[in-house]
Amino acid sequence: MASLTNRSKVLEQTPLSFMESLYLPNIFKGMAITFGHIFKKKATISYPEEKRPFSPVFRGLHVLNRDEEGRENCTACGLCAVACPAEAITMEGAERQKNEEHLYREEKYAAKYEINMLRCIFCGLCEEACPKDAIYMSETFAPSNFTRQGFIYSKDELLIPNPTTDKEGYEAARGLREAQIKK
Amino acid sequence: MIGMEILQIDLFLFLEKLLLIGGIITFSLVIAMYTTYAERKVAAVIQDRLGPNRAGPFGLAQPLADGLKLFFKEEIIPLTSNKVLFIIGPALAMMTAMLTSAVIPWGSSINVFGRDVSLQIADVNIGVLYVFGVVSLGVYGIMIGGWSSNNKFSLIAAVRGASQIISYELAMGLSLIALLMLTGTLSMKTIVEQQMSGALGGFLGWNIFYQPLGFLIFLICVFAECNRTPFDLPEAENELNFGYHQEYSSMKLGFYLFAEYINMFISSAVVSTLFFGGYDIPFVNETTLAASWGGNIVAVMGFAALFAKIVFFLFLFMWVRWTIPRFRYDQLMNLGWKKLIPLALANMLITAIVILWLNK
Repeated sequence: MASLTNRSKVLEQTPLSFMESLYLPNIFKGMAITFGHIFKKKATISYPEEKRPFSPVFRGLHVLNRDEEGRENCTACGLCAVACPAEAITMEGAERQKNEEHLYREEKYAAKYEINMLRCIFCGLCEEACPKDAIYMSETFAPSNFTRQGFIYSKDELLIPNPTTDKEGYEAARGLREAQIKK
Repeated sequence: MIGMEILQIDLFLFLEKLLLIGGIITFSLVIAMYTTYAERKVAAVIQDRLGPNRAGPFGLAQPLADGLKLFFKEEIIPLTSNKVLFIIGPALAMMTAMLTSAVIPWGSSINVFGRDVSLQIADVNIGVLYVFGVVSLGVYGIMIGGWSSNNKFSLIAAVRGASQIISYELAMGLSLIALLMLTGTLSMKTIVEQQMSGALGGFLGWNIFYQPLGFLIFLICVFAECNRTPFDLPEAENELNFGYHQEYSSMKLGFYLFAEYINMFISSAVVSTLFFGGYDIPFVNETTLAASWGGNIVAVMGFAALFAKIVFFLFLFMWVRWTIPRFRYDQLMNLGWKKLIPLALANMLITAIVILWLNK
């Protein structure tokens, strides 16, 4: 019968020759291969202690950014929410009061900012849409929780550590960010 | 100890043997435990993985955790099973696995408080025959376990196991007959001592150099007797759902698994003893060394040598397991009856002719 694709290979099934029927030569060949694998580089790592490097464009959980003085960048313009194809982002804007200049960079800020991590598809469009460099995606991934409610991240979970109170945490987070940009 | 006096057994001999039996059983169990760890580790490195490394340093507490887990599992005896036999099965498997260790010479004798203590439980003058007898009993563990489970898979596995073990026992026996023609004795201790008297500190006296084909056949049969890959048809995870121990749980299952590893250990010891000089240290003349270093140290070194050989064979068991797939049932029978038995017969005849020709 003519084959449809001309790619099929004819399988020859001749009875085993004497050497083949002894199995041993081929078993030794196989054993040499497996023995060689003992010294090969392992494909697995001890995960929680060791982690694999991410690609420079890796998109993990979101971080809400602050500037050097610890003021939130977000102005609640809503561009990220509009850009979001999964409609995972909701926010409520509020006007900055007189004594809040040290908290928010511009006159308007996000009083409520929530991302539903179960809806989020980690496409990174929010990051691209943001005109204020207020949201970016980190290398943290695989969030876990017991309830669906727990996957709705509010500002508490999203905000980067404040550089005025927690300098090390802020620098660690920024460092990752800068390394990401450089790459 | 009136009974002892009637039997004319020295009390110290009794104590000495009791200690030795306890020691060897404990030793076999610990080795079997760590063989499971080694198996997982070897499997891992051969498959480019890391293997167990969570419990304790390098995962060394893993076998303890596994054992503990088995103890805590629920013990299920199926309602339709034959309860007595269901319990006897794993016990028998474990017992026959341990029994063989009685005739293996684990070392020469050590001197304790002026008494020469032989590191062999019983120097039976039919040692090899005894090994055969016990090994043939091993099939009952599988048969009884598989049959009493009242499960089709288990039954098929048990029948497979029985026919496999019986078929390979023939070739095993025939390959050993050639060896016994050379040694002229069935005592394991004498066989080792004969090998120790060879050239190069005993190295050239090892039976492997006189019976290479016999060794090969014996080794293949040992793999089959231990139900190890490529002959693990009675277990056959993917076609028989673990075969004869499918219905077993908790420590009864543990006994079956353990018995397999003890069998491996003891088989390695038998192979080392029969073909690789037992406790003979290669390239070393034990008698001259004992004169300068003292007999006890040399005895311990001899035991270490035997242990090294055993470890090599244990590794070989695992190495083969993670290299080749299982034989099909017809291939297994063809290999056993059409290849190994004629080969063993030819080996036997050639050995006999050479011995006769040399003695003429």
